[in-house]
Amino acid sequence: MDATILTNVVDALPRFDGYVYPNERTLHPLWSVLIVVYPYITGLVAGAFILASLVRVFKVKVLEPIYRLALLTALAFMLGAPLPLLFHLGHPERCFEIMMTPHFSSPMAMFGFVYAWYLMAVLLLELWFDYRRDFVEWSKTETGLRGIIYRAFTLGVTDVSEPALRLDARMGRIISIVGIPSAFLLHGYVGFIFGSIKANPWWGNPLMPIIFIISAVVSGMALCVFAYMFLCWARRITADMRCLDLMISFLFYALVLDAAIEGLDWLHRLYSAEEGIDVLKSVATSKLLYTLLVGQACLGTLVPLLLLGSMQLVRKKVGELNRRRVYFSSTVLILMGVLAMRWNVVIGGQLFSKSLRGFMSYKMEFAGHEGWWLSLALLVLPFILLTVFIKYFLDRDLPTIENVVPGAARPPNSPEAEI
Amino acid sequence: MSENITRRGVLKNLAGIVGGILAMPAARTCKAAVQHVFAIAPAPKGYDPNQHKWLMALDVDRCIGCGLCVEACCEENSVPEGHWRTWIERYVITKPKAESGQTRGETMVDSPDGGKEGFPEPPVPKEDILKSFFVPKLCNLCEHSPCTQVCPVGATFEAPDGAVLIDKNYCIGCGFCIQACPYGCRFFNPQTHTADKCTLCYHRITRGLKPACVEICPSQARIFGDLKNPVPDDPLQRFISTNKVEALKQYLGTGPRVLYAGLDEEVR
Repeated sequence: MDATILTNVVDALPRFDGYVYPNERTLHPLWSVLIVVYPYITGLVAGAFILASLVRVFKVKVLEPIYRLALLTALAFMLGAPLPLLFHLGHPERCFEIMMTPHFSSPMAMFGFVYAWYLMAVLLLELWFDYRRDFVEWSKTETGLRGIIYRAFTLGVTDVSEPALRLDARMGRIISIVGIPSAFLLHGYVGFIFGSIKANPWWGNPLMPIIFIISAVVSGMALCVFAYMFLCWARRITADMRCLDLMISFLFYALVLDAAIEGLDWLHRLYSAEEGIDVLKSVATSKLLYTLLVGQACLGTLVPLLLLGSMQLVRKKVGELNRRRVYFSSTVLILMGVLAMRWNVVIGGQLFSKSLRGFMSYKMEFAGHEGWWLSLALLVLPFILLTVFIKYFLDRDLPTIENVVPGAARPPNSPEAEI
Repeated sequence: MSENITRRGVLKNLAGIVGGILAMPAARTCKAAVQHVFAIAPAPKGYDPNQHKWLMALDVDRCIGCGLCVEACCEENSVPEGHWRTWIERYVITKPKAESGQTRGETMVDSPDGGKEGFPEPPVPKEDILKSFFVPKLCNLCEHSPCTQVCPVGATFEAPDGAVLIDKNYCIGCGFCIQACPYGCRFFNPQTHTADKCTLCYHRITRGLKPACVEICPSQARIFGDLKNPVPDDPLQRFISTNKVEALKQYLGTGPRVLYAGLDEEVR
C-alpha cells in the first residue's frame, strides 16, 4: 500500500529529461499560465481598438455599428489586463515601483507608461468625447443609479452646442490617430519583453514584437465579431450582414498576414538552424504537439483561413444564416488559436533548459494562486465588465447602417464630416 | 466647453507634464540619497567599492567534485532547499563507437542536488568513458549583465567592485532577471519572494575574507582575488598568466568575467 502511494507521489512529481540547470528544476515554470493570459488580454485590447479606429480614421462607415462596441470591448479588457501581472508578482505591494522608479533599460518598466498612456490618454478620452453628448442627454432623462452615473460622467460639461460637438468629433479623430501607434506600442512592448531575452532561443527574436502585434490585431478583430454576433443573438436582432462581411474580410487579411509572418519565423529558424534548433524542434513536436501544431497551426490558423477564404470567394452563393455560422465558428477557432499561440510562446519557452541539454515539464496547478481557476477567472472578468458596460452604455438597439448613413436618423453626436 | 480650453491652459499643462518628467531623475537621486542615510548595507562602513574589482576563476582540472563548496555556500547564505547559488556539473563523455568516424561518443551531464553530496558512480562502465570532469558554476559577473538590464525597477545592479547584487527589499519578484540569465544562476527565493543569486559572499569579501566556496575548496579549484589590489604572488594573477582561460557563452555578448581554465567544448 505504502509503496503504491510512494509510486503515485513520485509519478506526480515533475519530470526532467536530460540535463537541466539545478535552478531550473522548479515545480512549475517561473512564468506560469497567468503570464499566458496577460499578453492574450492586451492583444485583444489592441486589436479591438484597431478595428474601432477603422471607423474613425479610415472612415469605413460600414463598420459604424460596431464602433462603440469595439471601444467598450477594448476598455473592458484593458481594465482586466494588469491583474494577471499583479497576481504573479512576488511582491505585488511593490508594483507601483515600476511607475515611480522605472529602470529605463528594461522593457517591462515601460508597462506603467504604456498602460497609463493607453488607458488615460487614448481609450478613456476617446470614449468620453464620443459619449459626451449622450451623457448630457441621458443625465436629463434617467434617474436613480443610472442618472447618477451619467451625470458623473459628463464631468460637469453640459455644453452640447454645435461648435462644442464639432470639437468633440475633431478630438475623437485626433485621439484615434494617436491611438493606432499607441495600440501597436502597447502590444509591441509585450512582444519585446519576450523578444529581448537573448538567453532563450525560443524567445530572443526580432520578429517577436511583430508577431505579437499582428496576432493581437487578429484576436481583437475576432473578439469584436464574436461580441457583435453574441450581442445580436442575445438581443434577438439580426446582425448587420454588410458590417459583418466587412469585418470578416479585414479579419481574413489580418490572418493571412499573421500566418505568413509566423510561417516566416519558423522557416527562418529551420533554415538558419542555429544553436538550439534541435531542442526547439523536439519541444514543438512533443510537448507542444497539441497546442502548437494541432491547436495553433491547424485549428487556429489553417482551418479559419480555409473557411474565411472560401467565404471571400463564394460569399454571394452562401445564405446569411450559413455565413453567420461559418463566421462564428471561425472566430471562436481564431480566439482559441491565438490563446494557444500565447501558451506556446510563454510556456514553450520554459519547457527546455538554457543548457540546451534537457527538458522540463509543466503540471498546471488547479486551484493555486497561479492555477487554472484564477486564470479562468481573469479571462472571464473582462467579459463581465463588458456586459456591465453594454448594459449601461449600449443599452439601445445596436445601430445599423441604415440609421447611421447620411439622410437616415443618424445620432447627432457623430461627426458629419466623417460620413 | 470650447471657452474652457485655451492655448495658454493647454501649454501650461503640457509644460507641467514635461517638467514632471524632467524632474524624475532628480527626485530619484534624492530618494537614493535619503535611502543611503538609512540603509543597512552588508558592507562595513569605510568599504569603498570603487577601490576593488573582485573576480573568481575556476580550474576545471583541479575540481574533484566533492561538493564542499556547494554545501558551504548553502550554509553561509541560508540558501533555501532545492536552489543553488553555486553548483557542480559532472560531464561524462563516452568513447566513440568503433568506425563511427566521430571524436567522441555521448555526453552525459548531471548535477544531483547541485553536487552538494558529491556524485554517484558514473552512469556508464569506466572502460567506456573517454573523459570525465567537473565544472563548478556560479554567477558569471557579466560586464553587460542581461539580468540587471531587464530589471524593471533597478533592484538588481552591478556594483563598481564587480559583484552583481540584488536589493531584496526593493525587488518586486517579477522573475524577468531569472529568465534573462543565460547561465541559470538566478532563482526565485520562496522565502523572500524575490530573485536571489550568488553575491560572491559580499558580507565576507568586504571584510577581507574569501567567499565561503573558495575558503573551503580542498583542491584550490576556485581562485579568488582583487584585480585592483593584487597581493604579492597573487594566485589570481598567477592563474591568468599560466593558463589559457575562457568564459562561458561569450557569443551572447554578456561579457562574462568569471574565467575558466581547461574547459571542454561540451560545457555550456
